[in-house]
Amino acid sequence: MDLSWMGWTQPTAIFFATIGSLLVIMTVWNILSPQTPRVGILRFETTRGDRLFISLLGSAFICLIWLGLVGSPLWGALVVCVVFAACVFRWV
Amino acid sequence: MKKTVNHKAWFMVLPVLLLVAFSAVIPLMTVVNYSVQDTFGNNEFFWVGLEWFEEVLHSQRLHEALGRQALFTAIILLIGIPLGIFIALNMPKHKGLWSSVCLVLVALPLLIPWNVVGTIWQVFGRIDIGLLGYTLASLGIDYNYTQNSLDAWITIIVMDVWHWTSLVVLLCYAGLQSIPDAYYQAAKIDQASRWSVFRYIELPKMKGVLIIAILLRFMDSFMIYTEPFVVTGGGPGNATTFLSIDLVKMAIGQFDLGPAAAFSLIYFLCILLVSWAFYTIMIHSDKEAN
Repeated sequence: MDLSWMGWTQPTAIFFATIGSLLVIMTVWNILSPQTPRVGILRFETTRGDRLFISLLGSAFICLIWLGLVGSPLWGALVVCVVFAACVFRWV
Repeated sequence: MKKTVNHKAWFMVLPVLLLVAFSAVIPLMTVVNYSVQDTFGNNEFFWVGLEWFEEVLHSQRLHEALGRQALFTAIILLIGIPLGIFIALNMPKHKGLWSSVCLVLVALPLLIPWNVVGTIWQVFGRIDIGLLGYTLASLGIDYNYTQNSLDAWITIIVMDVWHWTSLVVLLCYAGLQSIPDAYYQAAKIDQASRWSVFRYIELPKMKGVLIIAILLRFMDSFMIYTEPFVVTGGGPGNATTFLSIDLVKMAIGQFDLGPAAAFSLIYFLCILLVSWAFYTIMIHSDKEAN
């Protein structure tokens, strides 16, 4: 199958592979220890999937804000994203 | 009762999954790939990193388009939603011939395709042959949507309100129909004013459908393309160049695939954020109601 029209690059491939493996890990985690939704600081029920979604969407905006205010490279933003995701999984 | 677990049912979802992968996920991945590269055609790409994102984030042109888009969406929601509620409240409450006639009349604009609506209003507003433009001109009102930015804005807003308020009306009407008569009778016994009936009976009962209506109107107006494109083409100047019109100009007109891809990803993230917020509110309020 020729995928050259998609214009793949190594960084974007790593990016999607990371998201894909996150989804797989979440699935395995859910099979190993099924979850119950809980109410966090946003005052509505969230599941792990919700928290992953919030983390990813929030991270995207963190990276955009970083790019807009500081500029590339994004390593600093990545650290902020990881901290943000940890907070989301802990408290949301 | 013990439920039986049957994971084979997941295979039923497979066709949808494949379809979504083909029509949404793969194109989106391609857009992400394009957004970090430059191309001069011929499927040859050059790595540029996050340059396009930085360029787009600092671009005056896109800030202005985003501003226009936000203003347009805000105006549409501020006019369309209250007007839709008002019309729904004044529709006949009980089923009969008259309510059916009203429903059909209200639903008519929804049946017309976007580009036809654009063409109708483009002709309607013309000073030489259009009913609206000609009438305004003969009344001595200086109206020309092709040259005056304000006129162009008014035309597009009136057109969108005309096209889509019906949707809000239909949703609100459905919400109103689900209120049992007993509520109104109780209100009458308590001698509640018209406003109290609206505020404490009708509005809470319409909450669910209203959230859906606002979400749909937000999405539609935030990604509006065809109607303003047909009526004004984004002009005069850039006065009605909304986000999607600008995006198409950039991607197909100038063939700047990289910046256009970066731009559309930011656009996508904005819509995703708002849709997620609305969806969460909707699910949450449903659970609360139950």
